[in-house]
Amino acid sequence: MSLNIITAENLTFCYNGIEVLQNISFSVQKGDYMGVAGPNGSGKSTLIKNILGILQPRHGYISLFGQTLATFRQWERIGYLPQRLNALNAHFPGTVREIVQLGPRRKENPLNIKQILQMMSIEHLSSRLIGELSYGEQQRTMLARALASKPDLLIFDEPTTALDPETRDNFYLLTRELNHQQGTTIILITHDTGVIGNYARCLLYLDKKVIFSGTFEAFCASPDMTGFFGPDSQHMICHQHNRSNA
Amino acid sequence: MGLGEILNLAFVQRALLAGVFIAAVAAILGVFLVLRRLSLIGDGLAHITFGSVAVVLLLGVAPFYVTIAALPLVMLSSLAILKLTASKKIHGDAAIGVVSSIGIAVGIILTSLSGGYSVDLFSYLFGNILTVNKTELLLSFIIFMVVIGCVSFFYYDLMAITFDEELAKSMGIRTKKINVILFLLTAVSAVLTMKIAGIMLVSAMLILPPLTALQLSLSFKMTIIASVCFSILSVICGFLFSFLLNLPAGGTIVIFNVIFLLIIFGIKTISPASR
Repeated sequence: MSLNIITAENLTFCYNGIEVLQNISFSVQKGDYMGVAGPNGSGKSTLIKNILGILQPRHGYISLFGQTLATFRQWERIGYLPQRLNALNAHFPGTVREIVQLGPRRKENPLNIKQILQMMSIEHLSSRLIGELSYGEQQRTMLARALASKPDLLIFDEPTTALDPETRDNFYLLTRELNHQQGTTIILITHDTGVIGNYARCLLYLDKKVIFSGTFEAFCASPDMTGFFGPDSQHMICHQHNRSNA
Repeated sequence: MGLGEILNLAFVQRALLAGVFIAAVAAILGVFLVLRRLSLIGDGLAHITFGSVAVVLLLGVAPFYVTIAALPLVMLSSLAILKLTASKKIHGDAAIGVVSSIGIAVGIILTSLSGGYSVDLFSYLFGNILTVNKTELLLSFIIFMVVIGCVSFFYYDLMAITFDEELAKSMGIRTKKINVILFLLTAVSAVLTMKIAGIMLVSAMLILPPLTALQLSLSFKMTIIASVCFSILSVICGFLFSFLLNLPAGGTIVIFNVIFLLIIFGIKTISPASR
């Protein structure tokens, strides 16, 4: 039986009295690459913030690596790349090296900061202030920070907004490599169902509640999803998935 | 009287030492506050300090113990600001405004009840570093050590929260605990700074040195160190100038802080690297 990295049951979250998440239940297994999609305001980022303890759900159950969220302490096992890089404080006087050093570290066999800077091709920027960098360089710095603890679970929230196509493709290839070669579990939140079709193995489609949760094979064979998306959109997503995994 | 003779006076040594400790404390905490856009918390806590001093003076506490007696009220008020800010129902600046208005209103009413503005209250409004007593010097040293200890121990947590509080939460950092520590230390720092610069200029001691250091575009650690250096230098220069020219120490110290900011700002503006 594979280990559940994330279990969410009947998760409900309200903002100003309005239910933003309604009875969300899903699980993520070790080694999964899950795409989370949905329209604007569907609750994708809110769901992740609930899972990470940034927001408190009204009710529901969350466990991480088999422990309830309240008792979970192994935060070095999770790497998170938030959506709001454009809201980054440009006056923050942190160098790339200082930013990458932030966060919990594994006590055993920690990743060398120099190694991670090399891996992300930002070694030459190590003493530059993060506010002075381009968006792409900031993104790589934040990714390096997320990877520095050698996490078992990586969560990316709209990670490639405003990145150029080449950097974006390299980013997704890296996520695939981490998932395939190191067995890192990945959750990717994006509007782009095409990207999810290309890289993810399972899909969670939200619109305040779970519209679909399962593998791409189940998604492609589901008459309910044909009814929801229309046959053309469903076919296009499934075609992209099949082509990239052929 | 020459500089050597002045520096030999016990009360001058006490004032300078306390000034250096408090300047360092305000400069360190100020970096976190300025970057988190909480700069005005110093102003708010200063107003609370005014109310608290009025309360303890009305209660007949001896002037010697006023600083210590005012501490609990100011610390509680800082937690009230934190609670209001964290509730997300009131923005941080409005929360500071609410609590500081209460402080100043209470201060005015109690001062009126106690028969008008006394000399003691005036000395807290405008500060007088020369009146630092041994208890306050000891308290300054203890707070200096506590701040150094807390910032060293929670350095990465404080830095992460300052960079992005949500990101810090996702790392498992207990942001509430760190915020409580930061706000309580700021409250103590505001009360002690009142002795140097006066209630009116507490926020200047918390804002100006970090702002000057931030102009240098240094790393986070070096920004803190530079902020401390500018703050201590301002206290020493301001204190000596005020003593030699018979000027109010609080105002002169703050003016030196402004001079350093303008110098660094000027250098940055005309340097080729910034063009």
